[in-house]
Amino acid sequence: MATASHNTSEDGVVVLHCPPELAKIPLVNHDRSLGWITENVASICEEKTRRYWWIGFFLFAPIALLVPTLLSYQVANGVGVWGENQPFGWAWDITNFVFWIGIGHAGTLISAILFLTRQKWRTSINRAAEAMTLFAVMCAGLYPGFHVGRFWKAWYLFPIPNWNGIWQNYRSPLLWDVFAVSTYFTVSVLFWYVGLIPDLATLRDRAKSKIKQFAYGVAALGWRGGNRHWQHYEMAYLILAGLSTPLVLSVHSIVSFDFATSVVPGWHTTIFPPYFVAGAIFGGFAMVLTLMLPARLFYPQLDDMITRNHVDKMAKIILLTGTIVGYAYLMELFVALVYSGNFYESNAFYNRATGWYAWHYYAMMFCNVISPQIFWSKKMRHNYIVVFIVCQFVNAGMWYERFVIIGTTLAQDFLPSSWGHYTPSWVEVFTFIGTFGMFITLFLLFMRFLPMITIFEVKAVKPEADPHFHPEGDHGHDSHATAKPKEAAAH
Amino acid sequence: MAEFKKLFALGAEFNSATEIYNAAEKVRDAGYTVWDCHSPFPIHGMDKAMGMKKSWLSAFVFVCGLTGFLTGLGLVTITSFGIYPTIVNGKPNDWEHGLRALQFFFPVMYELTILFSAFGAVFGMIIRNGLPRLHHPLFNWSRFGKVTDDKFFLVIESRDPQFSETKTKALLETLGGAHITPVYDRE
Repeated sequence: MATASHNTSEDGVVVLHCPPELAKIPLVNHDRSLGWITENVASICEEKTRRYWWIGFFLFAPIALLVPTLLSYQVANGVGVWGENQPFGWAWDITNFVFWIGIGHAGTLISAILFLTRQKWRTSINRAAEAMTLFAVMCAGLYPGFHVGRFWKAWYLFPIPNWNGIWQNYRSPLLWDVFAVSTYFTVSVLFWYVGLIPDLATLRDRAKSKIKQFAYGVAALGWRGGNRHWQHYEMAYLILAGLSTPLVLSVHSIVSFDFATSVVPGWHTTIFPPYFVAGAIFGGFAMVLTLMLPARLFYPQLDDMITRNHVDKMAKIILLTGTIVGYAYLMELFVALVYSGNFYESNAFYNRATGWYAWHYYAMMFCNVISPQIFWSKKMRHNYIVVFIVCQFVNAGMWYERFVIIGTTLAQDFLPSSWGHYTPSWVEVFTFIGTFGMFITLFLLFMRFLPMITIFEVKAVKPEADPHFHPEGDHGHDSHATAKPKEAAAH
Repeated sequence: MAEFKKLFALGAEFNSATEIYNAAEKVRDAGYTVWDCHSPFPIHGMDKAMGMKKSWLSAFVFVCGLTGFLTGLGLVTITSFGIYPTIVNGKPNDWEHGLRALQFFFPVMYELTILFSAFGAVFGMIIRNGLPRLHHPLFNWSRFGKVTDDKFFLVIESRDPQFSETKTKALLETLGGAHITPVYDRE
């Protein structure tokens, strides 16, 4: 039956038949019960630690230790142990900062923007995505702090009254960054914690040992799920979503101001804020999938909550934002080479495509613009291996993008006499590898101790969570039809 | 010891959102005021079924946001024009001219507005809900632990002026609640 039609059954009820492609895809497969959801999400952090968790932990935790080790080395020996030097003052460190902060943006997009637009499929991925945001921002925050060279003086970035009576220059985009990133981290923590409260209460009520009961009990703040609490809770959640939306857009816009407000060719463009934000969402979704696809593999029960449909939708977002990013690349080229008529601007882009770092430029183009185009095919979107591989291309591509923007511009700006080549030192390379270890270790710890899926929100998007829900086949004559007149009378 | 126990409330258990929603409408119509519906997730439309008004949290957050904005404005202007005037790119650095060139300071004010609003939303919600509270008489009810799993509980407190141990119990029975239990406070 390919066409929509309707007919009237004998008792006058209109029955709609819709073609299968228009049928609503359930958000939770197999019509799992509320108890099933609690059991299968909470059990992940209650069961005995699985062997592959330990394997993962012992693999990535030593890599994470590279971060404190190499940063101590940098503090002890000075910032010179990094390969950057004039004119290449911003190198891998700022590239990595922008890379990590961009990854965080998908978490906030899922938790805030998809919440405001009532995309109910977000419920099963938002917790993990928000956790990813926090860990990515932690990795990002390290870089500017240590990039200042004298880490022990990094507190000068904050408006703290000091003996010298010195205050910050609030006209500097670098200081805007301090405010944007620290606000972003704080608000993300608050948002994440507020979302966790009802689920911590679930873990508290299920906990067997005294220590767990106490720990989860304190963290759940005595949550009892009363509607008089839910009312304010939902309002707080809505407000936080409403605040996080302009916040997340502002953070990467402000990060792009670091470049756009300078007068260096290749940076001084107005296209940067939207281009950076689209790129951040693009790269962030790839990282969400990078984490969630293996998680589904290790915990097969998640299949019913993070369904094929979820992966399909995220792949579509990657396709959309990847195409926006591609448009931005081409528009940037057009403006620089054709429209601006500015010699330095067009030369900067000419150097990007043919200069010292040209292969980064083509790697970026391939990874970010061409590779996601495979997602036009539904079959490819439904093939987890293909999705995972494309996500790795996107992760790499977004790093190349940041390096291309930062690197090619600094290496070759106005005067050829002050051009300079840059190669990363081993300290920079291993610090970057270390941040991946740190990111994955933190995520593994999160999986172990906190519910990876927002239990209460997944329950709330089940059809029976609606008080006016009728089980299949029970049409009409429902309780609500009789309740309606009373409701009207009460007002 | 039993004689020191004080009756806190009468509670009834329901199996689905639909059941507790319908029960809530009847409890509301019966005129009770100090009662609550406990559920594993927020139930859409429950505020109306319980006859509750809109949460005023948004107004509180607005005040917090305004405070954040003014804090940001004060921070940037007092330091940049007052106690530590700096000349950057020839931009005005005194009160007379500076207040006409505030655009550069906007990101700081913007971020502080959001930061203060977010703190207001979270702590406003926690304080308004009387949390954190690590002890509550309802936790003495062994079945109540299911509230974070898949059961729904309607609880009418003894503080309610309409409360009567027998009549309220009868009402809960007519509403179809299971395991109707008196919940006691510890002392």
